[in-house]
Amino acid sequence: MDTPNLETKEVINSNIQMEPTVMNDTTRRNADNLEAKGESGLETRGVHAWFDKHHALADVSLHFPENTVTGLIGPSGCGKSTFLRLLNRMHEFIPKAAMAGQVLFEGNDIYADDVNAIDMRRRIGMVFQKPNPFPAMNIGENVVAGLKLSKIKSDNKDEVIEDCLTRAGLWNEVKDRLKSPGGSLSGGQQQRLCIARSLALKPDVLLLDEPCSALDPGSTLRVEETIVQLSESMTIVIVTHNMQQAARVSDYCAFFLSDGGPGHLVEADLTTSIFSNPKDTRTADYVQGRFG
Amino acid sequence: MIQDDLVPQHRKLVSSYTLVDRIFRRVITTGGLFSLVILGLIGAFLLYRGFEIFSDFGFSFITGEVWNIGDPMDTSTAVLGIGAMLMGSVITSVIAIVIAVPCAIAVALFIEYYSPKRLRLILTAVLDLVAAIPSVIFGIWGYAVLLPIIEDWSVPLERWLDFIPIFSVPSGIFGRSPFLAGVLLALMVIPIVTSVAREVYSQAPRDLIDASYALGGTRWGAIRNVVIPFGRSGLVGGAMLGLGRALGETVAVYLTLNLVFDINFRILGSAGGNVASLIATKFGEATEYELKALMAAGLVLFLVTLLVNFMASFIVNRSRKIL
Repeated sequence: MDTPNLETKEVINSNIQMEPTVMNDTTRRNADNLEAKGESGLETRGVHAWFDKHHALADVSLHFPENTVTGLIGPSGCGKSTFLRLLNRMHEFIPKAAMAGQVLFEGNDIYADDVNAIDMRRRIGMVFQKPNPFPAMNIGENVVAGLKLSKIKSDNKDEVIEDCLTRAGLWNEVKDRLKSPGGSLSGGQQQRLCIARSLALKPDVLLLDEPCSALDPGSTLRVEETIVQLSESMTIVIVTHNMQQAARVSDYCAFFLSDGGPGHLVEADLTTSIFSNPKDTRTADYVQGRFG
Repeated sequence: MIQDDLVPQHRKLVSSYTLVDRIFRRVITTGGLFSLVILGLIGAFLLYRGFEIFSDFGFSFITGEVWNIGDPMDTSTAVLGIGAMLMGSVITSVIAIVIAVPCAIAVALFIEYYSPKRLRLILTAVLDLVAAIPSVIFGIWGYAVLLPIIEDWSVPLERWLDFIPIFSVPSGIFGRSPFLAGVLLALMVIPIVTSVAREVYSQAPRDLIDASYALGGTRWGAIRNVVIPFGRSGLVGGAMLGLGRALGETVAVYLTLNLVFDINFRILGSAGGNVASLIATKFGEATEYELKALMAAGLVLFLVTLLVNFMASFIVNRSRKIL
């Protein structure tokens, strides 16, 4: 990888024609936020993860402030995706998976006995690495699939479909063919359809697991624009292998690393600081493409 | 324009096989053709032996409801038709599939998505064992154990549902009915359908199941939304395989069904039959001419099961291609 562009996120973002007002809005970005232990947003405290006897992730404490984008970066196998799946209890679907620590959502531990994991997943949505629209459904049905799964009655499905597709930046491309199958779209459109599908449940948090790794650069750009726009109204956590992407979309960055043992958090800070002035030399080496 | 003489001469593309490859190819090809040849020979043999019957009776052999060999010395007095038996085959098989498919879906989904791992291994082994039980055992058990139970069920069933023609029994005789044979056949085909269903359900894409969960779906939601639609055509193939077995079943039906040469839609009444058990019943004491008729009946059954199995593999293959 080339030496990443260490200039500020604003400069990079101007290349993809973001609204300048959005990108210059620095009020919500503050390094202190990462330390803030409040009732807001999503927070992990001393989180560990195991697969059977394999200790995959050790002692991660992070705070995701409300309405910000946090990028999780690090080389393959460092536990980023595992960590992401811990945040909406998808981890427990893997046989023999275990965890320790706390994940606090609006101050409540989502792993507490009295928490309904299904309701919780409706509020913390997830988009996967590989676009996965439901093949048996058309585009419109895909958008409201979550409502159907959750047995949420909606009187104005058409409005929900239009609203979600618009927010996912897909409406203009598909408005004339909502009845065609989801699989007929291009990879990038499918991924935005998956984002729209998550939005239909009105989540407070959206988790994205390398959402662009299967996409071409043009589609990647469209998805990134979508992410930045969505971050005005929801908390976003994105796993990415792409340093430029992390620089373009995220407000904060968390660098994970596994040096033989379990993956752990090396450093978390404002994205601009991570790229221009990292505290740890390993972070500097990684973001400058010297390994990983 | 390219001149003809400028077009380079095509080179011959030869792929040469090693000796081992050639021998292996021969063996495999022979084996593959052998099964086709056997199948063809069986069909040809049945056609050859039964041809006279088809030319004597034509289509009425398939639709007729009378089986009367008449004067054994004079074949022109015989009236032979397997219509009732063919209908019996269809009715018992349909009853079997109607009962077996929902059960198989439930068992397969339980094994794949709900059962603990140990129980899963046990259940799978038990199902394989059930599939291996000889049909005569099923038949004896059906006669000795299932018959009284079904008889007990049939009486109230008839009382409540006799406004539907197929459930009414004017004769009042229940016992060895198509319903009993159908239930028994269902038990025999459940392992087959379950094993196919289990295979297709286990291949349901993990990422779509995850997507359902991530959208706040329950396990049942994920199954209904992803697994069942995904397995639909594979399941149809499995049901067809089960249907093929039910159509051809002989001994179990022979033991649990009264052979009566009348097309009988009253599934609770003690009358019916199927082609296979007709052949088994009549074969021992058949006259030469009747034997030809049994061969012809065999050919009809052969073609019907072949057709069902072809449809099954066609549907299963089509579902594989979608994957």
